[in-house]
Amino acid sequence: MENLEKILKEHPFLEGMSADHLKILVGCASNVVFKAGEMIIREGQPAEQFFFIRHGRVQIETHVPQKGPLLIHTRGEGEVFGWSWMVPPYRWRFDARASELVRMIAMDGKCLRDKCEKDHNLGYEIMKRFSLIIAERLEATRLQLMDIYGNPKDK
Amino acid sequence: MHDTADAMIFRPSLIRRVIKESHDTFSLEIEPATPDRLFHFAPGQFNMLYVYGVGEVPISISGDPTQPKVLIHTTREVGTVTRAMRGLKVGSTIGVRGPYGASWPVDKITGNDVVLVTGGIGLAPLRPVIYYLLANREKYGNIVLLYGARTPEDILFRKDLEKWRSRFDFEAYLTVDRATGSWKGNVGVVTQLIKRSPFDPLHCAALVCGPEIMMRFTVLELEKRGVRHENIYLSMERNMKCGIGLCGHCQLGGSFVCKDGPVYRYDEIIDVLMKREL
Repeated sequence: MENLEKILKEHPFLEGMSADHLKILVGCASNVVFKAGEMIIREGQPAEQFFFIRHGRVQIETHVPQKGPLLIHTRGEGEVFGWSWMVPPYRWRFDARASELVRMIAMDGKCLRDKCEKDHNLGYEIMKRFSLIIAERLEATRLQLMDIYGNPKDK
Repeated sequence: MHDTADAMIFRPSLIRRVIKESHDTFSLEIEPATPDRLFHFAPGQFNMLYVYGVGEVPISISGDPTQPKVLIHTTREVGTVTRAMRGLKVGSTIGVRGPYGASWPVDKITGNDVVLVTGGIGLAPLRPVIYYLLANREKYGNIVLLYGARTPEDILFRKDLEKWRSRFDFEAYLTVDRATGSWKGNVGVVTQLIKRSPFDPLHCAALVCGPEIMMRFTVLELEKRGVRHENIYLSMERNMKCGIGLCGHCQLGGSFVCKDGPVYRYDEIIDVLMKREL
């Protein structure tokens, strides 16, 4: 637990979080490891966690029938992924797979959701941080959609 | 300062090699028609290349500034001239005039970390500065390349990238906008690599080259890291024709990209960069 507390305290995502709130978060945290190629989450399954990546790279993808996985983006060391646990109906919208050995801290989103309902200050702190991530992902997706490196003659 | 008449005269030069970089991008290795004429240039400058009987286009130099016997240009087939250029064979003649424009500030930024952010074919104008920085490695702090390509198949200069990535004194991070399952690298836009890159924002110079939209978002991410505007340099692209600031085709506010650019310090063009009319 002490180790988890240290890791979470130093994570940029949680910078500025009060000691009390950090303690609550530590209570919802656990270490997880995934081997290369292993599925971490699956589209449609209950979304009950989010993750702090400590080592390795995670592929966010969707399955295209008769074609296989379509890679949407990757997340790496120091990043956070998974926010379907905050959004009803709390089911994963995409798949995530370890593209290499991945070590992460998994946060129990269901437990945290309940705690945020009871402590709105904690809820606000979490929401502030996730809204930044959501805005970043939206901006990145827009840039990807613009296809800015495409050849002008093909447009 | 160019003598106007001289600056407009093409030097007939010979194609030594045509290198396919990707499905639509190629490099030309050019040598002077007479061996006594060398191609001296500063990293970031461009030449006007003339395909005889077809037309001329401005193309940035992508070769090594310490190797003036051979000139390398990398471009993409986008129009009539570049299509004709791609069809040139070894031994064909091509007209070269230049070099033109402001270069990357390699002397001014010594002692600093250097972060190079580029996307798509923007790696071509940055390659000479990478060669220069590595040839003068002791003068700089961390050197970090952040490169975004459209797909894995569009990644340019693979051999160079492999060589650079194998060095202990150079950090290179690649990402692609889209990929299939067989790609094991990063997927996502290049701006997202900035957040965790190993450079000191207070003592760094950022050299940025790519589509203008990408450069605008890159600047926002560099700002978030705390990089000051005066330490950010952008390579701009406009419709350059004469190369010497006479014709006015490439006017950007009060400057001419061919003469005052293409490399600008960000704080010097911040006002015109966001003007939609320019």
